[in-house]
Amino acid sequence: MGDRGKFRTVAEAIALIQPGSRIMVGGFGLAGYPEGLVEALAASGIGDLTIISNDLGSPGVGLGKLLTNGQIRALVGNYYNWNPEVGLAYSRGEIGVTLVPQGTFAEAIRAAGVGIPAFYTAASAGTELGKGKETKVFDGRTYVLERAIHADVALIKASRADDLGNLVYYKTARNFNPLMAMAAALTIAEVDESVPVGSLDPESVVTPHIFVDIMVRRV
Amino acid sequence: MVPLVSEEEAKVRIARRIAEEFDGVGHGLVINLGVGIPTLVADYIQKADVFIQAENGILGVGPLAVGERIDRQLINAGRQPVTETPGCSYFDSAASFGMIRGGHVDATVIGAFQVDQEANIANWIIPNGKQLGVGGAMDLITGARQVIIGMQHTTRDGKPKLVKRCTLPVTGFAEADLVVTELGLFAFQNGKLILREIAPEVTVEALTALTEAAFITAPGLKTMAA
Repeated sequence: MGDRGKFRTVAEAIALIQPGSRIMVGGFGLAGYPEGLVEALAASGIGDLTIISNDLGSPGVGLGKLLTNGQIRALVGNYYNWNPEVGLAYSRGEIGVTLVPQGTFAEAIRAAGVGIPAFYTAASAGTELGKGKETKVFDGRTYVLERAIHADVALIKASRADDLGNLVYYKTARNFNPLMAMAAALTIAEVDESVPVGSLDPESVVTPHIFVDIMVRRV
Repeated sequence: MVPLVSEEEAKVRIARRIAEEFDGVGHGLVINLGVGIPTLVADYIQKADVFIQAENGILGVGPLAVGERIDRQLINAGRQPVTETPGCSYFDSAASFGMIRGGHVDATVIGAFQVDQEANIANWIIPNGKQLGVGGAMDLITGARQVIIGMQHTTRDGKPKLVKRCTLPVTGFAEADLVVTELGLFAFQNGKLILREIAPEVTVEALTALTEAAFITAPGLKTMAA
């Protein structure tokens, strides 16, 4: 076991997830989401989940599968128009949905990872999405107080990793992945390729290994 | 009712006119293009020194990718496969919105359902119980230095989209700077909506009838290129 370092099989990684967990999942549309982990989570039937993600893929595709399977209790994210099943499930009262402006969503996850409990942003001030939130005026402009977004587990996707868990991403597949890596109690990274320690250019590492707990290889 | 300008022609005209705003505006302009008409703007920008930012984490978006150049991990914010321009960079979503919120993006071009005479913008939702999405719209219009709206002048059933007061949920307040439709170019100046250019198909009277918002006609009113 020890010589595998942080590497586990997908099944071993998914077995660490409890029903009722808050799970962050990286990706934007179908770019940069951990496909293997999401497939396995869908197959596991683990339910009552709160999924924190940009979107929910497409109907029955990617994260969309979790909804089709009835594994989702609530969603926190920002854009579900690509998956009309979300709107339907919400209007039928089957799931809760918390919409957060995309920039606020990203910053709230970053904040959780870097020990900042809340921050102010102008986005959503005075709008329906800002309703009920504390506001404060700085230099004549109204800002909304937004809380950090934490999770129990983050499922992220990287292109390359060394055996310590230093991560490098690929193009627009980076998106929320480095932020989510910092914001969860347990971070599981799915990687396309792994290389020995010392083979990554330290200047090119985007996520330092201390943020990564478990790794799985994309098969 | 039969529109004065066909939908296809309108979209091209709006995109071409917005692109003109960026031509000759110095160098290194950073712009963010929303989904729909705004995406078309890229096709009409003549200057090579405009950098297109997409909020999913890329600065230096090139033309849409076709054929073998399609890479599903290289997309714009509308999920379309795109290409890179030389000098392109990638970053995470927090850095991307840091650029936007921090005022480092010169302009955002967005579509809208309604814009009102107070420069309020409604573009994120038509409440029908089915749509659930805000995307980066609220961050973009509060963060970008200039907010340019490209939209058709009226709805499909002929109702004005430039209104007195937004009736749809507002995305942001007093944020609109420029509104370009197929029938005119309007700028917000000192809290007033000014008609600066008008399409050849309409008179100011005809345009007023299609516009609910109160506007002032600029003294040097120009004719928009058809």
